[in-house]
Amino acid sequence: MATVSDPPKEAFRLSQLIYDTRYRSMTIQIVALIGFLVLIGWLISNTAQNLADLGKEPSFQFMGEAAGYDINQRLIDYNNQDSHLRAAFVGILNTLLVAVMGCATATILGVIIGVLRLSKNWLVGRLMTVYVEIFRNVPVLLWIVFIMAILIETLPAPRDFRGDDPVASMKLFDTVAITNRGVYIPDPLFGADAKDDKGAFLDEPVGWRVGLGDYPVGASRDNPSCERYYATEGPGAGEPAAGCGTFQISLDLLLALAVLIAGLYASHRIKRRADRIQNATGVRPVTWYLRLGVVILPFAITLWALGFYFAFPELRGFNFQGGTHMRNSLIALWLALSLYTAAFIAEIVRAGILAISHGQTEAASALGLRPKRIMNLVILPQALRVIIPPLISNYLNLTKNSSLAIAVGYMDITGTLMGITLNQTGRELETVLLGMLIYLTISLIISAVMNWYNNSVKLVER
Amino acid sequence: MSEVSYVRTEMLPEREPPATTIGVIGWMRENLFSGWFNTALTIVSLTFVVMLLNAILPWIFSPTWYATSLGECRDILRGMGREGHYPGACWGVIRDRWVQLLFGFYPSELYWRPIMAFLLLGVALAPVLFSDRVPRKLLWFSAVYPFLFPWLLWGGPIWGPLMVIAGFVIGWFVYRAADKRAGGLAGIIAGVLAAVIWWLLVSGYVIDGVSAVLPIGIEAVQSRNFGGFMLSVTIGVVAIACSLPIGVVLALGRQSDLLIVKALCVGFIEFIRGVPLITLLFVASTLLNIFMPPGTNFDIILRVIIMATLFASAYMAEVIRGGLAALPQGQYEGADSLGLDYWQAQRLVIMPQALKISIPGIVSTFIGLFKDTTLVSIIGLLDPLGLSNSIRADAAWNGIVWEIYGFIALLFFAFCFAMSRYSMYLERKLNTGHH
Repeated sequence: MATVSDPPKEAFRLSQLIYDTRYRSMTIQIVALIGFLVLIGWLISNTAQNLADLGKEPSFQFMGEAAGYDINQRLIDYNNQDSHLRAAFVGILNTLLVAVMGCATATILGVIIGVLRLSKNWLVGRLMTVYVEIFRNVPVLLWIVFIMAILIETLPAPRDFRGDDPVASMKLFDTVAITNRGVYIPDPLFGADAKDDKGAFLDEPVGWRVGLGDYPVGASRDNPSCERYYATEGPGAGEPAAGCGTFQISLDLLLALAVLIAGLYASHRIKRRADRIQNATGVRPVTWYLRLGVVILPFAITLWALGFYFAFPELRGFNFQGGTHMRNSLIALWLALSLYTAAFIAEIVRAGILAISHGQTEAASALGLRPKRIMNLVILPQALRVIIPPLISNYLNLTKNSSLAIAVGYMDITGTLMGITLNQTGRELETVLLGMLIYLTISLIISAVMNWYNNSVKLVER
Repeated sequence: MSEVSYVRTEMLPEREPPATTIGVIGWMRENLFSGWFNTALTIVSLTFVVMLLNAILPWIFSPTWYATSLGECRDILRGMGREGHYPGACWGVIRDRWVQLLFGFYPSELYWRPIMAFLLLGVALAPVLFSDRVPRKLLWFSAVYPFLFPWLLWGGPIWGPLMVIAGFVIGWFVYRAADKRAGGLAGIIAGVLAAVIWWLLVSGYVIDGVSAVLPIGIEAVQSRNFGGFMLSVTIGVVAIACSLPIGVVLALGRQSDLLIVKALCVGFIEFIRGVPLITLLFVASTLLNIFMPPGTNFDIILRVIIMATLFASAYMAEVIRGGLAALPQGQYEGADSLGLDYWQAQRLVIMPQALKISIPGIVSTFIGLFKDTTLVSIIGLLDPLGLSNSIRADAAWNGIVWEIYGFIALLFFAFCFAMSRYSMYLERKLNTGHH
């Protein structure tokens, strides 16, 4: 009978921390951690020392002070008496606006170009290759300033629209004006937000007022932005007025959206019912008019009841009034980011389609699927699996590249918080770090959402 | 009975293929007009190309090379009877300013130095990029080049770079000596310590001493004179070169089993990749001096290069991680079974293969970084875009748009396109190596 004796127990020696692989990893990690903490501590102590010398103790007090600068392109109400915090918020919304518009346009363009690049037509394929190479190999910042310069130099000035025989005219049945000061598009409004000629809100709205109006979030007497808006006398004394609060939520819009979503859900239910009937009887009831009506009719009635109308841009004096004014900076940034990113997306789409072997198509047609179903059921799900991960990183790149807005004066978060607020308050540390944190948050949210989507379309592998 | 043979006894002579399937006509039928949709596409794109060329060609061919201002360009074109909003290009601005767009305000009598630096860069890169056609002895030059490059660009006494090299040599000898007496790890620590002590404490005095005795050197050039395309290439090349080792370390850290090391590396990489480069450049222009000990003040180009290096190293780490992941598991196991330790396995087996696979990715990271160097114009450095603003503001050239941006775009395009072609060539070459 063999006895196995344990090896003699050795006392722990200090040199084992270095030479024994069981302990070495702990040693390395602790040394790395200490090194990291020392580095951070060194940076922080330097920073504290430098800031104390400059007399700038780190604090975020300045965010509550009046910003004192105007932002010409904005999604929520803002004026130069509002706080830096609100200016930063306007900036974030502007960043998101251009990022969303850019991603949507870049995806559409990119898919079209990517597919056309694979076209059997030699000329079209070559043209798309030229497009991709030109846009990929020139810096995006150059595209942004270039397109900005082109917009300013080549588009007609508002005065060209004047006179009996104008040089330029409005596009799309006189609803859109493209000028070198920007593009004016119709502004969707609800009856309750009736504005006078100068674009200011009216006390007595024109026409009739049915809408729910805007709900001011955070309106109170303590909110500095509300001080001006509390009526001191008259019937509405003590009530917050329009334009007060941290921001307003358009209740009209919410209601209209709710009706639209309810309509879509009802339409979905009708389709499910038709499927059930078809499965039971083999005959599919005709439902397209029902499904269309249940979406459109309630939505249209709601819009009508809320007094929905478009405010069209009109030439008054030396400039256009009314409508939504998209400034050149926004247009240039949007176009440049879309065109630049579209070149990358086109390559991704092309690679994704090429990655699906031809055998898949043949196998699907051997199963008797029609070409459209082959595309929808076999090719696209597999191509998407290849396309989506690099697509995510391109969306992230586009969002990060939108920070180049500062080159053309579009007031995104870089332009407000890290631009003018930094210059006016001299708070480099706080503004730049906060700005980086905001971008980091946006990036992480986008990648989280897109990764979730990626997981949902991913083919289940063994 | 007669035998009737229906079998042909001789071969028919070969006939030409139908005229519509060969030659230019056949090619056009196949590639341009193979159906109504294709024909429509061809006609639309042909119209587009013709319209584009019709608009651009007369504009390009404009005899304004010797004009000295935009007004003179317009006069020349008007003299030829060409009127309108854009009668023709004004190439005078390019003749007047192309040197500035390339070199910024670098002293013109010293242009040979950046030119030589970039030519030698090609020589130094040759053994790495075209390893099969160039003698390996050139690697020695590649090793010395990182010290030659800044000296050629910034100038100054030759002793600075020599003393930096001396630090490496001293570190190496101390390592060898300590390695024999006290073992590997102690040797590395001693070597690094010796080199750092030499650089931080001793070399300054030695440089002063030797420079006083033997003032060998070339004229120094201030950083603020750097500009134009030269600045872009300098920032791009230095940042990529420095980011490569950092990227390797970060990638290894991200792949490692050590939890804390891994967390630090992942945190760093994701942080850098989550913020735009412009915010890092703001850090360079406003915050970096605050982070350093009081009284430190180093020049803006160096600060930009530091931040660009950090930025590139995060992306580089991801590229190299891809290379590491692409290696078959058998390579790691093979290295283990040979009894190699971690660093030996990395140095002898893993890294040579992983880096080779990652070269196309490294090149595209470089292209991306090179394009991103235009961002330095936002913090006030005079890269081509920064210079273009001052040129457009010049009274003589006020109103110039297409010519100047077109020229800058062409410079970047030529550079980036060549590199992306190289990267594709490399990808093909590497692909054939695998089964």
